[in-house]
Amino acid sequence: MCRLALKTANEPFSPYEVLSAMEAMKEGYDGSGLGLLLRGIEFEDFKYNPRFPILSGIAHTEKAWQRVKDYMEHRDYELKYDHRFAMKPELIEAEDRFRYFLRAYRMPPKFRDMSDEEREDELLHARLALRKLATEEDNITVFSLYPDVVMIKEVGWPLQIGDALCLHDGQVKSRVCMAQGRQNTNYGINLYACHPFFIQGISTMTNGENTAFIPIKDWLVGKNIPGYIGYQSDSEVFTHILHYTLKKLKLPLQAYKHIMTPLSKAELAHHPQKEFLTGLREVCKRLIIDGPNAVIGTLPDETCLLVMDQKKLRPATVGGREGAWAIASEICGVDAMIPDRDPSFDFQPMREHTVIIPPDRKELEIWSQHDPLPLPQAA
Amino acid sequence: MVSARSASVTPGSLAPSDFPWIIEHKEERCTLCGQCTAVCPKGAIHLAHMRKRIPQLEVFSKKRGNDYKTFTGLRQATDPAKSCIGCGMCSMVCPNDAIGPVPGTGENRTVFFDNRKGEPLKRGGRRNVSGPTLLDRIVFNRISMLTDPALDAGRHEFTTTTTLGRILSPEDFLERTINGGWIPPTREIFPFIIGSMSFGALSPNMWLGLLQGVAYCNEVLGIPVVMCTGEGGCPPWVLRSPYLKYIILQIASGYFGWDEIIRAIPEMQCDPAAIEIKYGQGAKPGDGGLLMWFKVSKLIARLRGVPEGVDLPSPPVHQTLYSIEESVMKMIQTLSTAFTHKVPVYPKISASTSAKSVLNNLVRNPYAAGLLIDGIDGGTGAAYNVSMDATGHPIASCIRDCYLDLAAQGKQNEIPIFAAGGIGKNGNVAQNGMALMMLGASGVHIGKYIMQAAAGCLGNEKNRCNVCNVGICPKGITSQNPKLYRRLDPDKVAERVADVFMSINTEMKKIMAPLGRSQSLPVGMSDAIGIGDKAAAERLQIDYVC
Repeated sequence: MCRLALKTANEPFSPYEVLSAMEAMKEGYDGSGLGLLLRGIEFEDFKYNPRFPILSGIAHTEKAWQRVKDYMEHRDYELKYDHRFAMKPELIEAEDRFRYFLRAYRMPPKFRDMSDEEREDELLHARLALRKLATEEDNITVFSLYPDVVMIKEVGWPLQIGDALCLHDGQVKSRVCMAQGRQNTNYGINLYACHPFFIQGISTMTNGENTAFIPIKDWLVGKNIPGYIGYQSDSEVFTHILHYTLKKLKLPLQAYKHIMTPLSKAELAHHPQKEFLTGLREVCKRLIIDGPNAVIGTLPDETCLLVMDQKKLRPATVGGREGAWAIASEICGVDAMIPDRDPSFDFQPMREHTVIIPPDRKELEIWSQHDPLPLPQAA
Repeated sequence: MVSARSASVTPGSLAPSDFPWIIEHKEERCTLCGQCTAVCPKGAIHLAHMRKRIPQLEVFSKKRGNDYKTFTGLRQATDPAKSCIGCGMCSMVCPNDAIGPVPGTGENRTVFFDNRKGEPLKRGGRRNVSGPTLLDRIVFNRISMLTDPALDAGRHEFTTTTTLGRILSPEDFLERTINGGWIPPTREIFPFIIGSMSFGALSPNMWLGLLQGVAYCNEVLGIPVVMCTGEGGCPPWVLRSPYLKYIILQIASGYFGWDEIIRAIPEMQCDPAAIEIKYGQGAKPGDGGLLMWFKVSKLIARLRGVPEGVDLPSPPVHQTLYSIEESVMKMIQTLSTAFTHKVPVYPKISASTSAKSVLNNLVRNPYAAGLLIDGIDGGTGAAYNVSMDATGHPIASCIRDCYLDLAAQGKQNEIPIFAAGGIGKNGNVAQNGMALMMLGASGVHIGKYIMQAAAGCLGNEKNRCNVCNVGICPKGITSQNPKLYRRLDPDKVAERVADVFMSINTEMKKIMAPLGRSQSLPVGMSDAIGIGDKAAAERLQIDYVC
């Protein structure tokens, strides 16, 4: 089992806070990896413009590092900021880590007047192209290329990795931070197998095994949508399903739950939109997951979410107060992130729930699948 | 040496040991009641008076002579036409356990004489290849155990249904929902479907029993089982009944019974489950349906709109067949229109290396609701032996190829593929069916298994019985002779149908639970299966396990 933690707050905070929560939940994972996603970025030594895409990843050799820099330049990206971690490399287990990079760029001038969709497509294609630059000798791992998003993944114990990259010193802060401990070791150790997964600003991480992985993956791959690649982990499909729901089908966030874990025929019979939802269940049948899973995610507008699988066999708790909320696999994780909250308002979602923390962070939205879907046009 | 004239020796003269089945008769237990000879469907045994010579040699009186004794005994006919079929009805009726067939261990020489009068052997049944099938050898080996807890088949909720019908892509569905376009009809059904066996191939009692059982499964047990009529129409009262929704009406190249069906459309209380257009059959690819004259009774003649007692061979192809577009596209569209686009219409073809091209054509046909592929191990009521034995394509690799082809196009949810042909032929019906689903089938059709399990069909892969074609079914399953089909109690068949589907439903859960699957049928979950045969594993793109 792995452990997940997410914190979202109006005031930027250090990712180390979330790593402390991971430490509190230490019994639940094996130290095989850490994945971090930061959103709503603040650098200590640079006034960051949140429109600048940030490239996150690892150049495993000097040659690879050079290749990344050259490629971005060649693609007409203008470097605005190159973050250097204050490193303690001796704490990193792996040896082939030449450079962890977080580089903020200005997009190529030709995209200046283009739509957000076109800009996002360009960022996706650039990220995929960078991934392809990797060779066996000169490996490159690219986690994300997107405005206001930083990602770090490494093999080892979360706190140790945090120490290695000196994440406690306030060099990078964010309004949203999600972390996952343990890679998906079902499918071998691989940095790309480490949660959270990311595509075009959408990111999720998951606790638990998805036994419907292969049929879902086969379907997503068959759609031939750029970026639906990888799948070193069975949890990557959760991110792509969310991306498909929001970006391709352009459905509201609430539809995610109806696609992954649709209501049964008997339950749908009482739903106000039973016809639409029965149809949706049918057409998206290949995306039905088979947990146990708790899926935690964030969207580009800093919305955060938590959904459960239909059988509800994976724990997750959400708690907090106005302005700061936390989601974690265990209550001790929430305690570590937001100790000054009223724990009696903590919430553990059931199988029909989607917990949404809206960007204003005022209050939780607990949406049930039995509620009407906010879909005026289609329904 | 006996003179040639005293023994009849012709090319067809055979000894009892030359036969595939040999009657073992224990004379000391026989009471000569005659029940076995009366019940034997082939007239393979008869009571005979025989004379026995007892040589008398009285040494001291120096006299020689013979005594003669006559007795009544039982003899097996040595005419190939009356060859024992091993059905075992004689032993079933014998009060004293005095008789029964045993497989002949010698050479079966009747095979050289089954073409008498220049007519090759026709028979019913199956291909007669015994032993474990490829499907039997597939194991479910991806067990969720420590990585995540396995499910409890007895306590968790499971979805054990599948969708029959054309499914739109999510994008098209939303577009049509918003703009009010046509959404193709679908049915949520149990993935084990009673395959097409016609009213004519089956006796009225068998058909009624199946229908009763199917209705019970749906209305009492909540298992949405459907059955297909086969090519022979549907009894008029069923067409006008609320049970029609459990029935897939088949149309085949003989169009038998469709006069009646079309006439009934305005009076139908509900839509049928689906329409199946039969283009091919796994047991006899490239050959049309065949109902031999023995079975064209008054009732069947009335239903099919033909004279009594004539052979009813359907043409190998539909009369409208000119090209795949002509046949498949137009016929599907026409039938869909006949039922106002509210009933899924799908074709059935025999498994073949060309199945993929049919499938790719269907992908582009918006009215096509699926594809049923019938493999070489499929059964039939009547076919030429050579077609049954030697023509066709096994189902597993055909289904897998088709599924992977759809998956490469991202269309595997849009056109469901159904598999048939040999599922459960050794009794492992749920295992065989689930293996096929994990290879990519959305569901399976079962025929022979249902006849065996629900009505006690005696046929097996060792060419036992297999006389469905001539209407002498000793169990009354495939006969139109009331004397025979009265043996079959429809209520008992219905009970067995319910037993069978309840048990398949439980076994499905027992297969799905350890794999950690419960929310949807594991269609295409090829990571869950393995086989201890390297070549098969490679061909099917599944795990080789040893």
